[in-house]
Amino acid sequence: MKTFRIGGIHPKENKFSAGKKIQTIELPKQVVIPLSHYIGTPSEAVIKKGDLVKVGQLIGKANGFISANVHSSVSGKVTKVDVQLDATGYKRPAVFIDVEGDEWLENIDKSSDIVRECTLPKDEILRRIQDAGIVGLGGATFPAHVKLTPPPGKKAESVIINAVECESYLTNDHGLMLEKAEEILIGIKIIMQVLDVKKAFIGIEANKPDAIKLLSNLAKNYTGIEVVPLKVSYPQGGEKQLIDAILRRQVPSGKIPIEVGTVVQNVGTVFAIYEAVQKNKPMIERIVTVTGKSAPNPGNYRVRIGTMLSELALDAGGVPEDTGKIVGGGPMMGRSLMTLDVPTAKGSAGILYIQKQESIRKPIQNCIRCTKCVTVCPMGLEPFLLMNQSERNMWPEMEANRTMDCIECGSCSYTCPSNRPLLDYIRFGKTTVGGIIRNRAVK
Amino acid sequence: MDKLVISPAPHIHGGDSVSKNMTTVIVALVPALLVGLYYFGLGAIIVTLTAVISCILFEYLIQKYILKGTNSIMDGSAALTGLLLALNLPSNIPLWMVIIGSLVAIGIAKMSFGGLGNNPFNPALIGRVFLLISFPVAMTSWPKPIPFNPSYLDAETAATPLAMMKSHFGTLPTTLDLFLGNMGGSLGEVSVLALLIGLIYLLIKKIITWHIPISILVTVFIFAGILNLANPEQYASPVIHLFSGGLMLGAVFMATDYVTSPMNPRGMLVFGVGIGIITVLIRTFGAYPEGVSFAILIMNAFTPLINTYIKPKRFGEKVKVNN
Ligand code: SF4
Ligand code: SF4
Repeated sequence: MKTFRIGGIHPKENKFSAGKKIQTIELPKQVVIPLSHYIGTPSEAVIKKGDLVKVGQLIGKANGFISANVHSSVSGKVTKVDVQLDATGYKRPAVFIDVEGDEWLENIDKSSDIVRECTLPKDEILRRIQDAGIVGLGGATFPAHVKLTPPPGKKAESVIINAVECESYLTNDHGLMLEKAEEILIGIKIIMQVLDVKKAFIGIEANKPDAIKLLSNLAKNYTGIEVVPLKVSYPQGGEKQLIDAILRRQVPSGKIPIEVGTVVQNVGTVFAIYEAVQKNKPMIERIVTVTGKSAPNPGNYRVRIGTMLSELALDAGGVPEDTGKIVGGGPMMGRSLMTLDVPTAKGSAGILYIQKQESIRKPIQNCIRCTKCVTVCPMGLEPFLLMNQSERNMWPEMEANRTMDCIECGSCSYTCPSNRPLLDYIRFGKTTVGGIIRNRAVK
Repeated sequence: MDKLVISPAPHIHGGDSVSKNMTTVIVALVPALLVGLYYFGLGAIIVTLTAVISCILFEYLIQKYILKGTNSIMDGSAALTGLLLALNLPSNIPLWMVIIGSLVAIGIAKMSFGGLGNNPFNPALIGRVFLLISFPVAMTSWPKPIPFNPSYLDAETAATPLAMMKSHFGTLPTTLDLFLGNMGGSLGEVSVLALLIGLIYLLIKKIITWHIPISILVTVFIFAGILNLANPEQYASPVIHLFSGGLMLGAVFMATDYVTSPMNPRGMLVFGVGIGIITVLIRTFGAYPEGVSFAILIMNAFTPLINTYIKPKRFGEKVKVNN
């Protein structure tokens, strides 16, 4: 079975919510819809206090190239446009809406009927994706239409669908595949149409045999779509790793996938694209996994964007007693949250409760030079060395040792027998070196 | 619920630890130790216990009274150094020499550089080589292998196969005896079989990779083989080279020491080939019949250089296409 060729780890999978039906949580009384995205410029509010909005109505307009439209996920009254603490730990602009009923814009098809035909021209498809505010759901929340518009002179030969879900605990993509397989395949066809490619690969790790089987069977009716089962290994969901696993091509340092003739989209994004193009439905909800070793009800939940995570947690049985840390996202790359009083954003993949004893890092010891961090690094870096150099502010050396290639997967810190906080230091070094590189470019 | 812990990702750890690594290596040494105890009996017990206990004690005392740092003896590395030192000594060596060897290994080779992780040279080997240079006679009169040997200092001695080869006297043991360990030598080096079991265990437990041991063994085999083909009268067969002296112990347990060997597979191969070549050179042309320890220490000195110039295979660097 295929997998990527450098490094990798295999943490305990702990996918407690695998195979659980997606449950829709009750509509909250109030939502706080973030206007900002993890990257790029925040969107500009186009409503004001007191306005009545419907589900799917535009409330924030994309502001610049790397930005996305924001739509109301509920119907009701805008109470204010203000800042709100979000999952990144910063206060950022958001729209506060008091929920009244559940009234959708008329042009949205909210039924679950499958719409197969798509005869729209390429430009119209792209416009719908852009209008619907679709961003990548794999974590980086990069606007989808930008990714689907290769830079001039570059042409994709294939598209890769990231259905790897390599993070332990998370099962939201898995759940979506089991319930929306047909829609996902239609979404892939649409993407193939836009990129004008004949070939699409769906990369799924072997720990999801039901999804592999289902999609492989259905894919027989769609020419050019192939399901590729992958050997379980983290971080296979990393773009560069996934391309290496499927195409045996390695995207060079500092370059993007189109360099090797491909584009990668997350499977959740594909479903959102289907809904945007075929059902005229903007990105107003997503699937969130709520899980953890002591979680009372590990499961996959369909949540309106802007729902407070605390409400979702309550619906999912409440926060377990022995929780020491709450992570937004997966255990390897998610962020630890100060509080659950933050809104669900387009990029929120999960709530993970970490038990007290696992929350506290063990004491740091000397590096015993075991090379395990080097062995597991999927980018072929030397984490022990980068950490040493970061500690000593050796920025040029860090740059020469390719610190900017680090994808922050955390495999090094996870593996180190001396509990060294390798990624903490590397991340700090990356920020500094990145600044130095940008300054140099300006001069 | 108390205050939530806030820390950067990753939020889980694989559970590996320094003491787990050290314990696994100690377990991997058990077969070799058992063979040593079998052939060298009482002496082997005394030497091993002395080395292990004095290494732990010296580390404890230095840590407590000189470095005044947190105590590190629980990580198992001092015990491992003691065990490795013992396995590199003849079992009829006087106690006080063992204690001096331990002091040199822990005090000079390890702690004076700042403890585990900072020492440029393999501590156990420094201890052994110090003893070899200071007490050449005691360090090169090997007891004869006698099952459950009850004697210690007065054990009957035997020449090692390498010494026999070098000076062309005596009857060499059979290859099977060499493989099982029925020959004169340091107490942990005699049985190739036991050491190979240890190697397999280390590989399965992912404590080491194959690069260092295999590159050493292959290099020795090829280099010694060429010499042997050129002049079989003068130069020993490559099999004797592989199966005798400290080569197997050195290749599996001494050269693979984390701290003093290179940090990526390519560097490890260079390191291993270097050790192989130097070993055969010393064994064939040098003043000593055995050269593994010196070869490893010499390559330890090159490790920083290897680490600076030989980098791991980076992602995106040309890679071989294979499915
Ligand atoms: S976090 Fe960076 S340095 Fe560490 S293993 Fe991942 S890519 Fe390598
Ligand atoms: S894994 Fe930890 S102890 Fe091992 S080399 Fe890397 S930093 Fe050092």
